[in-house]
Amino acid sequence: MRAAFIIAAKDLSQRIRDRSAILLGLVAPLGLALIFGAIIPDTAGGSFDVFLGYVDEDRGQVSRGFIEEVLPDVVAEGLATATSYADLDGALADVEAGTIHALYVFPEGLSDGVMAGQGGTVRLVGNVDQSISTQIAEAILDGYLAEVDAISIAVGAAVLNGATDPEAIIATAAGAPAAVVLADTEAASRELDIVTFFSAGMAVFFLFFTVQFGVSSLLEERFHGTLPRLLGAPISRWSILGGKALTSFVLGIVSMIVLAVATTLLIGAEWGDPAGVLILMLAGVLSALGIMAVVAVVSKTPEQAANWQSIVAVVLGLLGGTFFPLSQGPAILSLFSKLTPHAWFLQGLGDLSAGDGLAVVVTPALAMLAFFVVTVALATLLGRGKVLAP
Amino acid sequence: MNVLECAGLVKAFDDLVAVDDVGFHIAAGETYGLLGPNGAGKTTSISMIAGILESDAGTVTVGGTEITTHTTEGKAQIGYVPQDIAIYPDLSARENLRFFGKLYGLPKEQLDLRIDEVLEVIGLADRSDDRTDEYSGGMKRRLNIGIGLLHEPSLLILDEPTVGVDPQSRNAILEGVEALGHSGTAVLYTTHYMEEAERLCDRVAIIDGGKIRAEGTRRELVELVGQRDTVNLGVVGSAPRLVEALQPISEIESISAAEASVEILVEGASELLPRILDTAQQANVGISGVEVVEPNLESVFLHLTGKALRD
Ligand SMILES: Nc1ncnc2c1ncn2[C@@H]1O[C@H](COP(=O)(O)OP(=O)(O)OP(=O)(O)O)[C@@H](O)[C@H]1O
Ligand SMILES: [Mg+2]
Repeated sequence: MRAAFIIAAKDLSQRIRDRSAILLGLVAPLGLALIFGAIIPDTAGGSFDVFLGYVDEDRGQVSRGFIEEVLPDVVAEGLATATSYADLDGALADVEAGTIHALYVFPEGLSDGVMAGQGGTVRLVGNVDQSISTQIAEAILDGYLAEVDAISIAVGAAVLNGATDPEAIIATAAGAPAAVVLADTEAASRELDIVTFFSAGMAVFFLFFTVQFGVSSLLEERFHGTLPRLLGAPISRWSILGGKALTSFVLGIVSMIVLAVATTLLIGAEWGDPAGVLILMLAGVLSALGIMAVVAVVSKTPEQAANWQSIVAVVLGLLGGTFFPLSQGPAILSLFSKLTPHAWFLQGLGDLSAGDGLAVVVTPALAMLAFFVVTVALATLLGRGKVLAP
Repeated sequence: MNVLECAGLVKAFDDLVAVDDVGFHIAAGETYGLLGPNGAGKTTSISMIAGILESDAGTVTVGGTEITTHTTEGKAQIGYVPQDIAIYPDLSARENLRFFGKLYGLPKEQLDLRIDEVLEVIGLADRSDDRTDEYSGGMKRRLNIGIGLLHEPSLLILDEPTVGVDPQSRNAILEGVEALGHSGTAVLYTTHYMEEAERLCDRVAIIDGGKIRAEGTRRELVELVGQRDTVNLGVVGSAPRLVEALQPISEIESISAAEASVEILVEGASELLPRILDTAQQANVGISGVEVVEPNLESVFLHLTGKALRD
């Protein structure tokens, strides 16, 4: 065990020094997430018609400010249409049907609550297949709530993510000092907003490049002739493999966590409940590690391994829907994508953001762990008597 | 008290039996040589001894502890210097030493001390913090050896440590090995340089085709060949013709011909030399040089295997 740590510490310092891990693990995914995050909503704004709806049960200052001042401007710009609904059920049915992309619900007593400093909740309900429209709808409301904060009443706009029960949201908000709470939930299974989607997609895509630095370094040890030295040292053979796996694991999990924090701070990605995110990340890193270990085991040189690992990482990444939301592709693709850990990871994050608690990550995490178990078994089988031969 | 005992070592790669029933022992302070040509099975043998390569059969004990690929105990007593340079190019000499020192479990203070000592011994103290890919070939070789010395093993295994080394570094390495022998370390030294084996080794095993053909002190081995001398003739003209012409001389033990030279093994070269030169003249083969060599390990090897150590 101690030897595994010594080996991993050496490997990690080598990887940090040659910067390749930092480049592939942090710079590339963060850069792409930033670029996608910046481009996609813009192009979407021009080419999308956003069908917005609203239910005004509040009939107070807060709801009127939005409906009479903000929405008309948006509609005037030709960006969206806005439909008023008297009854919530009818409105929700239209959201479900897709004739309305996103629905604002201003509950009764919202303005009063805000005036009294108790806060309140605006609900935003999006159609499951219209994540970009929902994202735009959210951005519009966000801007308004920030304005409410700035000019009139001293209220803060907090974003409460991940609750589906409107009563629960209102109950929380009533007791909280924060005044206006924006709750967005989609009608069915929840998809990630576009910024979070690209942040998570790029993170898991590049994860498969990052972990290869550990598992493939065994080939490098052989190439540099240092493997016989490790084999001759008074350490167990498992600790050599353990050290390499540990290197991969640390590189993978650290890059994921740093990316989650960075995209949250820089572009407002909303990864969701940290505990759930961490569980998904751990399972995702293990699955990547196992898959890359198989590729390393069947490779003869570090270069060969790097080439194959890149191919595998790109193919799985594309198939797994890390570059475009799966719901926007054909159904067959989303079925195939379940053969990749990437899709499970993104699905897990999506479900997590729907706010049904931690239980929703269990299935995706188990699916990714299954990849880990199967690939590790395969790597063991293929590498028997070969991996640690001098 | 033997530091190393090994017996019955066998290793086959598919159909090729690379090592076939190799066994010997080395006492403390003794330097033992494995002398053999390329592909003789030297590296394969010591890989099994160091617990790096799984053997098909045979046993190894170091300091009384059995060594296999799966044991960790006992391996701390072995210092292993691989034939190919085995260092991390992106780390400095000091970092290389520190990493392996930690793997061998040296406590921090002792490790720092030993690193400085070893750097001094291998003459890299002033370059210790440079990346090793900036080192010359000789410097890398010296570090390669230094890593094997770091934890003060009771058995040091050196696999052809002087290959590709300039004469000066080579001499320094040989002196270092001699000093280790005197300090009580058991040394296992493989080489295909006869001179190195003669200079360093208390006992030598001659290995060829995976088998130990003979073993003993230099004197014992030379006695195997009897009192034979080697006569090397530089030839102008056809060497095979000369070999043919010399064939009838019964005192000649063996003859081998290279492109422009002929090597003759005889008992009492001085008496026979005039006759050999006469024969050459009659066969119309010019002689450009004559050298008489007293028996050495090279000729022992030739005698045992019928071929030269290096071709
Ligand atoms: N991993 C391997 N796979 C197949 N054959 C091998 C392997 N390692 C060694 N051999 C073969 O075993 C024989 C002995 O090799 P070995 O490396 O032990 O020789 P050596 O005496 O060390 O030679 P050299 O002086 O060239 O280093 C050679 O014929 C070699 O080709
Ligand atoms: Mg060798």
